[in-house]
Amino acid sequence: MIRAVMVMNTQGKPRLAKFYDSVPVDKQQELIRSVFGVLCSRAENVSNFVEADSIFGPDSRLVYKHYATLYFVLVFDSSENELAMLDLIQVLVETLDKCFKNVCELDLVFNYSKIHTILDEIFFGGQVLETSSTEVMKAVEEISKLESASNSINLVPKSVSGWRGR
Amino acid sequence: MEQLKTIGRELAMGSQGGFGQSKEFLDLVKSIGETRSKAEEDRIVLHEIETLKRRITDPDIPKRKMKEYIIRLVYIEMLGHDASFGYIHAVKMTHDDSLLLKRTGYLAVTLFLNEDHDLIILIVNTIQKDLRSDNYLVVCAALNAVCRLINEETIPAVLPQVVELLGHSKEAVRKKAIMALHRFYQKSSSVSHLVPNFRKKLCDNDPGVMGATLCPLFDLITIDANSYKDLVVSFVTILKQVAERRLPKSYDYHQMPAPFIQIRLLKILALLGGGDKQASEKMYTVVSDIFRKCDSSSNIGNAVLYECICCVSSIYPNPKLLETAAEVISKFLKSGSHNLKYMGIDALGRLIKISPDIAEQHQLAVIDCLEDPDDTLKRKTFELLYKMTKSSNVEVIVDRMIDYMISINDSHYKTYIASRCVELAEQFAPSNHWFIQTMNKVFEYAGDLVNVKVAHNLMRLIAEGFGEEDDAADSQLRSSAVESYLRIIGEPKLPSLFLQVICWVLGEYGTADGKYSASYITGKLCDVAEAYSDDETVKAYAVTAFMKVYASEIAAGRKVDMLHECQSLVEELSASHSTDLQQRAYELQAVISLDKHAVENILPSDASCEDIEVDKNLLLLDNYVQQSLENGAQPYIPESEHSGLSNISNFRSQDQHEASIHGLRFEAYELPKPPVPPRIHAASLEPSTELVPVSEPSYSRDTHQVETAASISDMGSSELKLRLDGVQKKWGRPVYSSSSPSTSNSTTPNTVNGVTQVDGAVNVNSKTRSTRDSRKPQVEISPEKQKLAASLFGGSSQIDKRATSANHKVTKAGIHAPEKAQAPKAAVVSNQVTVEKTNHQPSPDLLDLGEPTVASTTPSVDPFKQLEGLLDPTQISVTANHGAVGTTESPDIIGLYGNASASGQSSSSEISLTTNRDDVNFTVGLVDATVSTAHAGTTLPTQFPKGLNPRDSLEKDALVRHMGVTPSSQNPNLFRDLLG
Repeated sequence: MIRAVMVMNTQGKPRLAKFYDSVPVDKQQELIRSVFGVLCSRAENVSNFVEADSIFGPDSRLVYKHYATLYFVLVFDSSENELAMLDLIQVLVETLDKCFKNVCELDLVFNYSKIHTILDEIFFGGQVLETSSTEVMKAVEEISKLESASNSINLVPKSVSGWRGR
Repeated sequence: MEQLKTIGRELAMGSQGGFGQSKEFLDLVKSIGETRSKAEEDRIVLHEIETLKRRITDPDIPKRKMKEYIIRLVYIEMLGHDASFGYIHAVKMTHDDSLLLKRTGYLAVTLFLNEDHDLIILIVNTIQKDLRSDNYLVVCAALNAVCRLINEETIPAVLPQVVELLGHSKEAVRKKAIMALHRFYQKSSSVSHLVPNFRKKLCDNDPGVMGATLCPLFDLITIDANSYKDLVVSFVTILKQVAERRLPKSYDYHQMPAPFIQIRLLKILALLGGGDKQASEKMYTVVSDIFRKCDSSSNIGNAVLYECICCVSSIYPNPKLLETAAEVISKFLKSGSHNLKYMGIDALGRLIKISPDIAEQHQLAVIDCLEDPDDTLKRKTFELLYKMTKSSNVEVIVDRMIDYMISINDSHYKTYIASRCVELAEQFAPSNHWFIQTMNKVFEYAGDLVNVKVAHNLMRLIAEGFGEEDDAADSQLRSSAVESYLRIIGEPKLPSLFLQVICWVLGEYGTADGKYSASYITGKLCDVAEAYSDDETVKAYAVTAFMKVYASEIAAGRKVDMLHECQSLVEELSASHSTDLQQRAYELQAVISLDKHAVENILPSDASCEDIEVDKNLLLLDNYVQQSLENGAQPYIPESEHSGLSNISNFRSQDQHEASIHGLRFEAYELPKPPVPPRIHAASLEPSTELVPVSEPSYSRDTHQVETAASISDMGSSELKLRLDGVQKKWGRPVYSSSSPSTSNSTTPNTVNGVTQVDGAVNVNSKTRSTRDSRKPQVEISPEKQKLAASLFGGSSQIDKRATSANHKVTKAGIHAPEKAQAPKAAVVSNQVTVEKTNHQPSPDLLDLGEPTVASTTPSVDPFKQLEGLLDPTQISVTANHGAVGTTESPDIIGLYGNASASGQSSSSEISLTTNRDDVNFTVGLVDATVSTAHAGTTLPTQFPKGLNPRDSLEKDALVRHMGVTPSSQNPNLFRDLLG
């Protein structure tokens, strides 16, 4: 099971954090901080895996990937495959990239709810729901379409690309 | 009209705010981005909270505005501040009819509330309604919330609807319903009647739903594999179909057919085939098919391969599959990617359980991993070494572990690796001397982290020797221990536990071989007690050690000259706040004034291992009692029968005994450490009892022995695995202490005898190695490594069967000692040196996108030239460069930006820099990603249409600045500075 998805920038500011176990807010902050502490001390060109027992308790592993200014982090237990999780990060990033066209940190900051929509299409209750970024995009687009249809007051699209397209 | 106005407002806001959020929100994000300290950030957020608190309660707030407030609340909470005042508004928003608002509401509540929150009850109703909605998106949103918010009590309220959704026409809904049920199953046992649903849904005609069903089934099978054996055939068929690409194309990922489903299925098969030959035989074909078909050039392909190895190593072994698995492992280990090495080491650890000799082929790769700067890899390798430890290589492995343990600061892992060292040392120690040295190191560097029982085990080991009747060896062991402790004792800041061991050993054996004088030993002990004057336990150990040293002096007929500093220490302690210390000090003074005969009885030398026989009835006092009765004393009335306290003071010892039987415990006096017999306190507390005359021999003797008894009880109950079977337990002396039940435990060790005599004739094999010297050692491999390899892997086609039971003798060291002498050193073997460092094939790896591996194909360009060329005077944005510069040089650029942001700290343009930087770098990373994926070649038809398009980023950058996120300062100057 996947325990948490986190995105934080290289200064340690959380950009996105979703925990699939119930974790109180203070604890979440603490976890994010300690994860950042581990990540920023890791050299480049080392493996993307970290044993996270000391942070998340027994039987927990952490896979991270560093993209420019962001760390994408997945925390999970032994029922998942590390390499596959790494690819899942790739799926997430690919999807974000398709969604925002050259995604950058700002996109994550300003499109909070959209990011969560994407996340919910990939992960569901701690399990992997969908691994094809095309499918995720389809679902997300459908949601946005219906959302804007059901809500006429909301005329401003939620992504940069949409805004620019007009 | 109203609508038009709204549009106008949106547009107006768009020009200054953008991204659909108001200017305020952007300002908030921006100002938080600009903060330089946590305090500043807190101030801004607190201000924001105030604003939101005021606004959110406004009744006529437009809904769209409300949505933004909720998002702002979520943002605030993500930054770690309390947003609970707004929870109720998020809950209210879930009631809204508009899909957008409803989804926002659900998003917020799933992030805000945990399953036990009071507000959940307000949402359950809405969820129920939404689960029945016609709009499947509403249903999905509700299912999402269900997963997070429904707890054991509220499950029944939504369960029927969720079950109904299993038959929904949309597969997305069916998928989510399955997963929601899985979640219910995890949370509560009350839904176990739904388990058949999972089996049924395995046959769903949508592969996605089937894939989702594998998650709960995996959990169920983990718990009880036997009830699902009937599904083996189905799983194998499904896996076969998946591997043969019968699923729709849309399930392909990087050219692999539904790899995530394959992985899940392989995991399930591994569980089902474990130790089941019949079931396993059904799997062999499909697994070997996958081995063959898997594309090992992509990350996900390797993930599936790794999963195959896991499966092969846990099902009933098949030689051919094992061979294939070994090949894949060697590919992993030889790859340049750390991730693959990591997986390879892990896989190796799984496989050596079945075929132990496979490790030898990879010895150099393993050693490389051990010396890798990557901690994760190193730890994984230690894990592997731990699994392959045997008595022939234990020295090398434990030495390595200790070196690593010394070098790290992470106390969690330090504790872990220290316990591993202790375990291995106890299990495989080749010699007593080595064992003691090793334990010393562990204690010295991780003494505060190891279990107390380890220390007690060590003391016992030194006291008992290794069970042989060879007294000379034992005394040699002891004197070498004493010597090493005397050397270490001067070191500053030793851990308390280690000091306790040192004090105990010095007290017991410090003067035993006559090499050191009593005053020398006591002087050292005194130094310890003074240097660690705030550690009462250490002081207690030191004082008792004094007593033993002096007692042996007296027993040997020498005159005791108490050192001046000892004297003052003892005096100081006799006025100590700790009753335990006081007691020990008084005892010491009492013992010293005794004559030789008495002392020999109280503290016989080297008797810490004698059995203590408990004279429960105190028969030795019978005469005395008889006499007293004849002299007219009152007969003894058991405490339960008498109410007065005063009439039995003459029978002090009897009284003590009673007290202990009745378990009078005065907790307040109990020290943190065990060796304080509660009974003694009871005695000294008894108001009616006269104070114990210190000179009375029986008393002080008692206390000493009680103390030993207590420490025995510690060891007796220890679960740590010091192998002591076959060793006669001879702790202590006849004494009454029955207060510690485990004493009896430790006096009957013989029952354990022989239970685990596994290692008796284990090592005959140390020579098999030499036959394998077929190939010449490669030149690149340093002799040190070869040596290490030889000592790790040499003489080892057989793995000592590790006794799983706790009892395994240390005594076997005797057997191993000669064998070890000839083992590793004999011939340096670089057999099977297949790993040529130079030959590492840097296989194109999807994982390490953006790594320079791909760079070789891009013509290298001067980055600065490129930059200058691209610097557009009007649009000055370095974002433009990323594409052209290409993968080769991107790290440099990033480096430059890093510098820039560091140096530009104080200027107002800093924000612009950072934001730009974010933009740029991130894009660069991604573009790299695409480039390298494309390069990864044939396997990947470019799924990324955007590619290297500087225009996009240019536009975006301009937009961002236009939006007001970036201040107006002129970027060009900045970059000109940077680029010279």
